[in-house]
Amino acid sequence: MTDARQLSLEENFQGKIDREIKIEPKDWMPEKYRRTLIRQISQHAHSEIVGMLPEGNWITRAPSLRRKLGLLAKVQDEAGHGLYLYSACETLGVERDTLLDQLHTGKAKYSSIFNYPTTTWADIGAIGWLVDGAAIMNQVPICRCSFGPYARAMVRVCKEESFHQRQGFEILLTLSKGTDAQREMLQDAVNRWWLPSVMMFGPPDADSPNTAQSMKWKIKRFTNDDLRQKFVDVSVEQAKILGVTLPDPDLKWNEERGHYDFGEINWDEFWEVVKGNGPCNKQRLDARRKAHNEGAWVREAAMAYADKQEQREAAPFSKVA
Amino acid sequence: MSKKNWPLWEIFIRSKQGLNHKHVGSLHAVNSEMAIENARDVYTRRQEGVSIWVVESVHITASNPDASEELFEPATDKVYRHPTFYDLPDEVKHM
Repeated sequence: MTDARQLSLEENFQGKIDREIKIEPKDWMPEKYRRTLIRQISQHAHSEIVGMLPEGNWITRAPSLRRKLGLLAKVQDEAGHGLYLYSACETLGVERDTLLDQLHTGKAKYSSIFNYPTTTWADIGAIGWLVDGAAIMNQVPICRCSFGPYARAMVRVCKEESFHQRQGFEILLTLSKGTDAQREMLQDAVNRWWLPSVMMFGPPDADSPNTAQSMKWKIKRFTNDDLRQKFVDVSVEQAKILGVTLPDPDLKWNEERGHYDFGEINWDEFWEVVKGNGPCNKQRLDARRKAHNEGAWVREAAMAYADKQEQREAAPFSKVA
Repeated sequence: MSKKNWPLWEIFIRSKQGLNHKHVGSLHAVNSEMAIENARDVYTRRQEGVSIWVVESVHITASNPDASEELFEPATDKVYRHPTFYDLPDEVKHM
């Protein structure tokens, strides 16, 4: 392809983005756009699937049937979200087993928030309130991203995500009106989940080299810091209703900015967890690999069964081995 | 069928009687029965569907976006297909 032709294709492509014309799977796109999307969408999908693990941990110990039903439905939704996202990713010309290999070999990342343990029932509430809350804030803008399948998947996800956050908040509200032990458990969970949730929005804009290109291509619609500020502002108000203290002594309303100031974040922990040194990184990957390997016979048996059925229909009177 | 992935299916859901089926996404399944059940679990958890169609992705032929201009060219200069092309006085009612 001549340089002139390549340039003209890229200009047309950027023109469509600028005019809010969606890009669909078979449209021409820069190779880097395709690869960025494959990486982002697949890591988003992996996050959903791995995210089932910390919450799945409490299904058998949910304190009431109502809680168990809600948690089961939420975890089931996360599986569904992973599937919407794998489906969107595969439209870009990558196969499912390739994506799963990348996850299982540690080549692909997933949201580092899921590398923390759920040590009490209150953690389940905190995850719903803070982790899903942060996810929603991240995901709503992506409903308008430039790539059609990703945007459409996000619309479905966001519709379903709102019950997740309400479920979590309701759990915490119940605890907040309970015994001293329950209120302590609530505060302890918030102490552990607040900062990791704030870090879910990624490093500060200044340390985020990919942000500019992602925003030019309208994959990302708001910067990390913008979304993080919005999350803090909203959560501080919600925390008041729970009667919990957010573990940041520097949280203070700034009348001039019209936002809450918050403390300087120590990103060392974030990078350690991203690198693989979080409390549960190994556990999470072990669980996924185990599930995949132990399920191999099911996948093979299903295929063999379907093949057998197909042969039977094709030649009803021949013997099938 | 000894590949590493189950075949890919495109899923279409009719959300309500009277509406058409709409494409909602894809999933992997070994045959059409499994595809329908998986589609039920993935795409209709909140009663979003009254009917499911599944089509193996390989059976869908798509028009080439790069050739869209030529493919859709015939309609671009046929303004006489639109009602506004025709001049009628105001006295003509119900038309």
